[in-house]
Amino acid sequence: MRVQAGIDVAAPPGLIWDFVTDPTRYLHFMNGITRWEVTTEQDRGLGARYRTLMRVGSAEVGGLVEIVECEEPRDLAWTSVTGIDQRGRWRLRERAGGARTRVELRLQYGVAGSGILGWIAEQVAAPAVRENLRRSLQELRRQAEHEQARAAAAARRAAARGA
Amino acid sequence: MDTKTASRPSRNGHHADGDPFAAAARSARAQAEEEDATASSARGWVDRIVGAVAGTVRSRVPVADLDERDPDFIRETLPAQWLLASLWFRGEVRGLGNVPEEGPVLLVGNHSGGNMSPDTLVFTLAFSTYFGVERRFHQLAHNLVLSMPGLGFLRKYGVVAASPENADRALSSGAALLVYPGGDHEVHRPSWERNQVNFDGRRGFVRLALEHGVPIVPVVSIGGQETALFLTRGEGLARTLMLDKLLRLKVLPVSIAVPWGLNFGDALGHIPLPAKITVEVLPAIDLEEQFGPEPDVDEVYDHVTRTMQETLDALAAERRLPIIG
Repeated sequence: MRVQAGIDVAAPPGLIWDFVTDPTRYLHFMNGITRWEVTTEQDRGLGARYRTLMRVGSAEVGGLVEIVECEEPRDLAWTSVTGIDQRGRWRLRERAGGARTRVELRLQYGVAGSGILGWIAEQVAAPAVRENLRRSLQELRRQAEHEQARAAAAARRAAARGA
Repeated sequence: MDTKTASRPSRNGHHADGDPFAAAARSARAQAEEEDATASSARGWVDRIVGAVAGTVRSRVPVADLDERDPDFIRETLPAQWLLASLWFRGEVRGLGNVPEEGPVLLVGNHSGGNMSPDTLVFTLAFSTYFGVERRFHQLAHNLVLSMPGLGFLRKYGVVAASPENADRALSSGAALLVYPGGDHEVHRPSWERNQVNFDGRRGFVRLALEHGVPIVPVVSIGGQETALFLTRGEGLARTLMLDKLLRLKVLPVSIAVPWGLNFGDALGHIPLPAKITVEVLPAIDLEEQFGPEPDVDEVYDHVTRTMQETLDALAAERRLPIIG
């Protein structure tokens, strides 16, 4: 099953990239995520591994994931090592000459070999997962735009002091 | 009976010696001895039959092979469990972070819901998804559950017959072990006692934790006893039918359950009502740290059951309506 959500953020891709590559921020902006814990010495970038859990229905599901694609500041993808089968991807694309960013979050999930009941479970879980992604992007936008506004204000104050 | 027996020969006059009373007494003793012998012989036969049936049942109980647990099977069936737990029981498990991340641990739960206990389903699903199916996890179940035809697949989930030896083996292998000390006594308690933790004084789990030096993690659930109307454990009936000797069953529960209506024994299970199941996992209890180098079994037992009862009371207070939750 594949679900995705997208949103436009009034902040440059570099700033969004800082959010999505920093594992300490996930619990603050990802809705439904109850665990995003670094398990490798390397905490970000290609090869970094995280233990992740998302509450869906009566269980927290997820497992160990590894970053398998890391193209700054455009694409960050992970795939599952243990737990349910999943692939996730952040896709950041520049808009308005770099002032804005189109952010997409994609998640494919399932359990190989689980048959028809597995298919039904994926369909039943999809609305909840989609809602989690949608709310996560809204929170990401709120936090990123807030940070962008603070950065812009700090730059204005610095310019005023310089003048 | 003795008086009648003693007077009859005297009336009939069938005596060889001159003292009819003494002869009657001898005759009565002989008859009583004969009756005793007959009764003793009958008891012997009953004991033999009971022994044979119990032996047959025991022989059907599979020897615990921890290797029968199959992580791939568990993983493939997670979606089906998730559907049942989420849609039918609206399961909610809190506090799994209180279970130590690794190493052996004794999970001690209160048990509800008759033979179709939904708290086990909800908790084992949550445990498997939270820690991953790779983590060794075993559950102790009544002999009868594992010897019933069609339930052999439970062994793939890590279910082993409840015995001290199997518990030892599971903990020695480094597994998390889920036990329900209340067993059949608690799981078939009447519905009006649904918010009571009742281990029937069974303290084996404390000794097990002490022997292995593992922490106890209490697991408290609510809602299971609302999946049918449980009327009585039927302990007297079970004793009369010698089920305790035959099948290690101390109860013969009576309930009103779907689809049977009046349900005796619950041997074939029932369709549980869709009661909301909430499970709360409490902080781990390190026995030596909390009770000193030589903890008192009774003190630990009282502490665990009291803590669980307090949590169950809090969960019950959260609940607005039976079944709905």
